[in-house]
Amino acid sequence: MTKSGDHGGDSELEISAALFLYSPTALFLRAPPEEPEVVPQISLVPTLALLLGLPIPFGNIGEVMAELFSAVEDSQPHSSALAQATALYLNAQQVFRFLHTYSAAAQDLQVEEFHRLNNLFSKASADYLRLLQSPQGAEAALQTVITELQEFLRGVRAMCIESWARFSLVRMAGGAALLAAACFLCLLIAQWATSPGFHLRPLLLIPVAWGLAGVVVCAGLLATTELKLDPVVLGAVAAMGSVLHILWKAWAGWGSKRPLAALLPIPRPVLLLLLIRFAAFFSDSFVVAEARAIRFLLGSLILLLVAQLHWEGKLLPPKLLTIPRFSAPTGPSRHKGTHALGLGVGLLLCIRLAGLFHRCPEETPACHSSPWLSPLASMVGGRAKNLWYGACVGALVALLAAVRLWLRRYGNLKSPEPPVLFVRWGLPLMVLGTAAYWALSSGADEAPPRLRALVTGASVVLPRAVAGLAASGLLLLLWRPVTALAEATMGAPRMRTVLTPFSGPPTSQADLDYVVPQIYRHMQEEIRGRLERTKSQGPLTVAAYQLGSVYSAAMVTALTLLAFPLLLLHAERISLVFLLLFLQSFLLLHLLAAGIPITTSGPFTVPWQAVSAWALMATQTFYSTGHQPVFPTIHWHAAFVGFPEGHGSSTWLPALLVGANTFASHLLFAVGCPLLLLWPFLCESQGSQKRRQPHGNEAEARVGPEEGEEEPLMEMRLRDAPHHFNVALLQLGLKYLFVLGIQILACALAASILRRHLMVWKVFAPKFIFEAMGFIVSSVGLFLGLALVMRVDGAVSSWLQQLVLAQQR
Amino acid sequence: MKNADIKRLLYTHLLCIFSIILSIFIPSFFLENFSVLETHLMWLCICSVFVTAVNLVLYVVVKPNASSKRSSLSYKVTRFLKCCFYFLMSCFVFHVIFVLYGAPLIELVLETFLFAVILSTFTTVPCLCLLGPNLKAWLRVFSRNGVTSVWENSLQITTISSFLGTWLGAFPIPLDWERPWQVWPISCTLGATFGYVAGLIISPLWIYWNRKQLTYKNN
Repeated sequence: MTKSGDHGGDSELEISAALFLYSPTALFLRAPPEEPEVVPQISLVPTLALLLGLPIPFGNIGEVMAELFSAVEDSQPHSSALAQATALYLNAQQVFRFLHTYSAAAQDLQVEEFHRLNNLFSKASADYLRLLQSPQGAEAALQTVITELQEFLRGVRAMCIESWARFSLVRMAGGAALLAAACFLCLLIAQWATSPGFHLRPLLLIPVAWGLAGVVVCAGLLATTELKLDPVVLGAVAAMGSVLHILWKAWAGWGSKRPLAALLPIPRPVLLLLLIRFAAFFSDSFVVAEARAIRFLLGSLILLLVAQLHWEGKLLPPKLLTIPRFSAPTGPSRHKGTHALGLGVGLLLCIRLAGLFHRCPEETPACHSSPWLSPLASMVGGRAKNLWYGACVGALVALLAAVRLWLRRYGNLKSPEPPVLFVRWGLPLMVLGTAAYWALSSGADEAPPRLRALVTGASVVLPRAVAGLAASGLLLLLWRPVTALAEATMGAPRMRTVLTPFSGPPTSQADLDYVVPQIYRHMQEEIRGRLERTKSQGPLTVAAYQLGSVYSAAMVTALTLLAFPLLLLHAERISLVFLLLFLQSFLLLHLLAAGIPITTSGPFTVPWQAVSAWALMATQTFYSTGHQPVFPTIHWHAAFVGFPEGHGSSTWLPALLVGANTFASHLLFAVGCPLLLLWPFLCESQGSQKRRQPHGNEAEARVGPEEGEEEPLMEMRLRDAPHHFNVALLQLGLKYLFVLGIQILACALAASILRRHLMVWKVFAPKFIFEAMGFIVSSVGLFLGLALVMRVDGAVSSWLQQLVLAQQR
Repeated sequence: MKNADIKRLLYTHLLCIFSIILSIFIPSFFLENFSVLETHLMWLCICSVFVTAVNLVLYVVVKPNASSKRSSLSYKVTRFLKCCFYFLMSCFVFHVIFVLYGAPLIELVLETFLFAVILSTFTTVPCLCLLGPNLKAWLRVFSRNGVTSVWENSLQITTISSFLGTWLGAFPIPLDWERPWQVWPISCTLGATFGYVAGLIISPLWIYWNRKQLTYKNN
């Protein structure tokens, strides 16, 4: 401890302490040395073990303190030296065994040094055994043996220190610089993307070319200087090459005309929040308490969003602000904002409830882990178990019902496409399978002996069946992602009249862009006309929603299909957290959508606060599903879901299962990231519906055709401007990567700067590993989510093209 | 007109700060073992009473907003009762928000509630004094371009800085320094107090420096 009371650092005062030993017999035969000897901390374990008469732990490489083994009361001559030699010999034998086992598994020890130590040990042990057999040997021989053994032990320690406690500062700095450059690049391109002269294609090809060139040059250099080809260095050079090009271009194109402040487009409160998040990774207390800190930050961000909405006058309808001059021009967003306060409070409530499912970090005595994280099978009370089981199944059913309700609300459940059929019939099957599996696994011990075989068989089959159903559902979704009602328009007789301004097959993309909105509007008219004929009462715009929510319907279906197998990997009661997860992301999306104005055709952007809130929520869910970024709290039981007998020798499947369990929240939120872009367009319909409610159905039916132009286009607005849509997707991905990237940058910096910290192996290094894995999973998930949106986009294009061609025939 | 207003504002704010300082030192003459950290709840009550009293006195003496047209006794009584009700409601709302933010639900209820009381004292009481029990006016003041006088502007600043101080006060709680003030809710109440005092100091200065840009449509 330093004089100011700090501890855990690497200063001399912090890493040295006094060792006080008490012994009733005299330890030092001669006068003790003037300057006290320094004893390494690792020597305590073997010394204490041998003094207590216990075997030395296998992994120890310390050296016994020889002075403590001088048995003086014994009358025999040389007995003190002999006792010391025996202790050292036992110690050296254990260290030698460890060293052999270690060197068989890892190759990082120096070979020559290892051989020298090997020889030293064999010589010393031979000497020792010889002395044992002829105990009349001189004192001097014993002393040589002691010295040899001590030399061996010290040599082993020195060799291991050299090999283990090695930090490559150059690589640390290089990696951190690379990460920082990549983060900066994300920011830069996200900024660039909105500028008019932005093209997507060179962004991909040129950096790849530069990266390859860098690799070739580096490999050539290394080959000419006859150094070893290191894949890590090559990868770093490739990344650096691809990044450098864009940075250089940006530097050249920057000039003096733009202020430096434009470089940081993040609004100030969000920037502050990100800074706090960045700084919190450098404090071990904050990393340990991250579960609480992240809830606090997320709650702050949500209240900030609500406050900001109010500050800008979007929260309350203008009639509440009595003084007329304060009522700013009323926009459609005002009507949506009325319930923003309720959304915010609901979100806070959800976060607080999800916080009940927390697991405590180790060594925090005041904290008690939630008892709800344990599986139901470990519960004793029968009644409580049944109640909990009911609650878990209820959560499943509620999740299913919510998703179906949402799809029905936007009309996508009417479509006869296979994915929709799967949602209608396959999802309940999955719920049934999950519930049955839980029933079996929580009550497996109570099953009668005759049914044992059946139960074990079912507990193998059921999880696999659910996972297989989910996979087939996802495949179906990828195959036919358009969940719109096609038949309604195919036989429409008035289609040609609408398309008269455009004759001939669409040849170019521009033609298609012109035609598509027309077809869309015509479909609306058509379906409205039919509804008008058949029934005057009822939702008139139902059919119109199908194409308007085609992207998000696919996203939500995919997320649900992903969530069910992930849910199965967790303990039963975590299903409540999953329900909360869906609920709170729904609320957050609505809250965010209330603050985003709908741009009709301009560049679409997702604000920074939305992306930050999404990333924060991913971390919050990681903690509320009972995880902690340390290795002892990994849910290992997830590896045996569906494989109760174990996996044999394969390692990748259990690793995949445990990884899916650990990073479920990262995956779900990353895949769902495009919803941030899509949701404001979905919410457009609500505003217009509310506006039209006072009119009544008859009046609306009469003005139907004229009003068709003002019908909410919803997500078809994105199709109206395909370039902007692509750019918005790219920008969204980059922003999300940036927010995640600075987290991992902070973790890497913390682990490298604080590498001599007391808590580096306990806190910082595991956090870095978990964060890095989470980043990889998130990147893959983000890629999958964006790919799904692109797939839906392509499918919608071909679907509409087919419609056009069918009409022209 | 405006400069005189700002001067009056500065004096009233100095009085408020003085009352907080008094609440730290005066009780130690009457109570044994009084200290802000150890008998924190006591200090919270005393500080809340002092600040409320000073605010009420200043409201009566300075009369920052135009006096209401009606001045019958029953009107005043209902107004006062309404103010009390609003104050209590704000205490409960703050308490709920603290719990939603992660404060313990059952343990330390009294501490959390007194924290809500002191935060209400710093934010709701000035609002009640200045704007009366009129939610619409409150909502107007706390929105963009909503302020109509120097007083309302300073109210905005002190309230926001009180909230900010409270928010920042939560940050030392997880740290392992093991200081007595890191316990819930002491660091937050201290943060709220510092934020309030900072707001009181900053708002007259800020308004004075920006007096050219600030145009209130009423004045």
